[in-house]
Amino acid sequence: MTTLAPPRAAEAVALEGAAVRLGRRTIWSDVSLTVREGEFVAVLGPNGAGKSTLIKAILGLLPLAAGRGSVLGRPPSEARADVGYLPQRHNFEPGTRIRGVDVVRLGLDGARWGIPLPGLPSRARTARRVAEVIDLVGASAYARSPIGELSGGEQQRLLIAQALVRRPRLLLLDEPLDSLDLSNQSSVAALIRRVCEEERVAVMLVAHDVNPILSYLDHVVYLAGGRAAAGRPEQVISSETLSRLYGAPIEVLRASDGRLVVVGQPEAPFVHGDRHGHG
Amino acid sequence: MVEAAAFQGLGWNVWADVRELFAYPFMVNALAAGTIVALTAGVTGWFMVLRRQTFAGHTLSVVAFPGAAAASLAGAPLAAGYFGFCAAGALVLAAATGARRGSGAESAATGALQALALAAGFLFVNLYDGVLTGLDSLLFGTFLGITTGQVETLLGVALLTIAFFGVAGRPLLFASLDADVARASGVPVTPLGVCFLLVLGLSVAETSQITGALLVFALLVTPAATAHELTSRTGVGIALSVGIALAVTWLGLALAYYSIYPVGFYVTSLAFAVYVGVRIVRMLGGRRRGALHLALETG
Repeated sequence: MTTLAPPRAAEAVALEGAAVRLGRRTIWSDVSLTVREGEFVAVLGPNGAGKSTLIKAILGLLPLAAGRGSVLGRPPSEARADVGYLPQRHNFEPGTRIRGVDVVRLGLDGARWGIPLPGLPSRARTARRVAEVIDLVGASAYARSPIGELSGGEQQRLLIAQALVRRPRLLLLDEPLDSLDLSNQSSVAALIRRVCEEERVAVMLVAHDVNPILSYLDHVVYLAGGRAAAGRPEQVISSETLSRLYGAPIEVLRASDGRLVVVGQPEAPFVHGDRHGHG
Repeated sequence: MVEAAAFQGLGWNVWADVRELFAYPFMVNALAAGTIVALTAGVTGWFMVLRRQTFAGHTLSVVAFPGAAAASLAGAPLAAGYFGFCAAGALVLAAATGARRGSGAESAATGALQALALAAGFLFVNLYDGVLTGLDSLLFGTFLGITTGQVETLLGVALLTIAFFGVAGRPLLFASLDADVARASGVPVTPLGVCFLLVLGLSVAETSQITGALLVFALLVTPAATAHELTSRTGVGIALSVGIALAVTWLGLALAYYSIYPVGFYVTSLAFAVYVGVRIVRMLGGRRRGALHLALETG
């Protein structure tokens, strides 16, 4: 039997002509993209373009209506054990008095039945791994506090640790930066970049604003108008590509500080603060 | 004198007083039933408070009332009414709310069921030819006349609920904290939610038989809420919740034995006192920490 060695890093996600339908509505169709091991990819697009839908399809929670999809070389729903997922969320309620470290541990053994018995070697291994990821995300100082009493950024780091604790090969993060201020957005993005490189994890991150994370990204996937464009950030976030995607003239301006501003689309997801303006 | 009238037979020899509690079979049964109930309520309550399903718990306790009234009316054992109605109520709640927590539709459906349950209970009491003896104890609890058979039923149901938590406790904790992530990790979130409501119904039915339908919360919520205030460690929290429930039940039963006032009053007041005490201590402690924090930042 002859096998061709992959020319580049292994494919973590591959979609080909994929489409998702919810009820009678086609959310997007003809979406093709590839994410390789160790890559950091942002999923961008206006509200309602189907960014979370894309994440759920890759997780195998939503079936593809057309096309093909594979995750880590398997059908999406069979790869779940090797995929870490952080859904779009609100923060834990302030009254939630469960320690951060326990929340992280649930990522490792939360789906198991039965009670963990004290004194087993597996328990010590679990504790070691949990401490390791908490250290990796820089949350050791507050991991023993009740999670409801931590700030949004601190909660987000612990949740990323929870998603990482099982050593996934693909990490899907749905708007993890949404509730954070700008400086926290780029420090969490820097952390994710580091995780990609150190743990060889592929990361897909849904973001509303690309600017705070732009310098950390390998690729972007831009969803709009029921279609998607994927590629390097400067290729995708360009007047030409976005005009084609929206089917309307779009202009991408680069500010002197490197920030990208998209002008002319029906809804402007890139400009800072717009989310609160019409949210 | 008021004290003499309120507390009868209580001497200064504490050992003798405690021994007397175990001298009568009815009191031994009451203590056994109370212990079983406190154990179940402590564990179930801890999860109920975590899942913010206290309103569902309260509704199920209101459902316990028509259950008991219907059982008296039909001449069936009270326990059958409690367990049957509470389990059915739990399934109705699960069906009405899709086991989804925290939605507005959930609390509306729960409230509607609660009103219906109270009305049905009222009807059954009236149908019972005017006077349903023991209406007070249906609503506010009693420790008299608990039979060994009843204790055995309580124990059987308690073992069932403890077994549920032993097997499903960890996935349930995951599903309670973070349903979406738990579901993506393969936890059957919705079936677990339905099972939990059912276990909650059984625990409410158990607790009702000691505290009465209206004072269920004394054992189901207050010890659990106190434990959540005291610690954020899961195992310690559940142990504390059970410990507080046991302590207030034993002390409440002892006080009720030696006094003319009902057991529900004592258990509820003791649990409430513990809760308020812990809240005050934490508030004072928090203020001190806050002041220290401020001093560190400005100084």
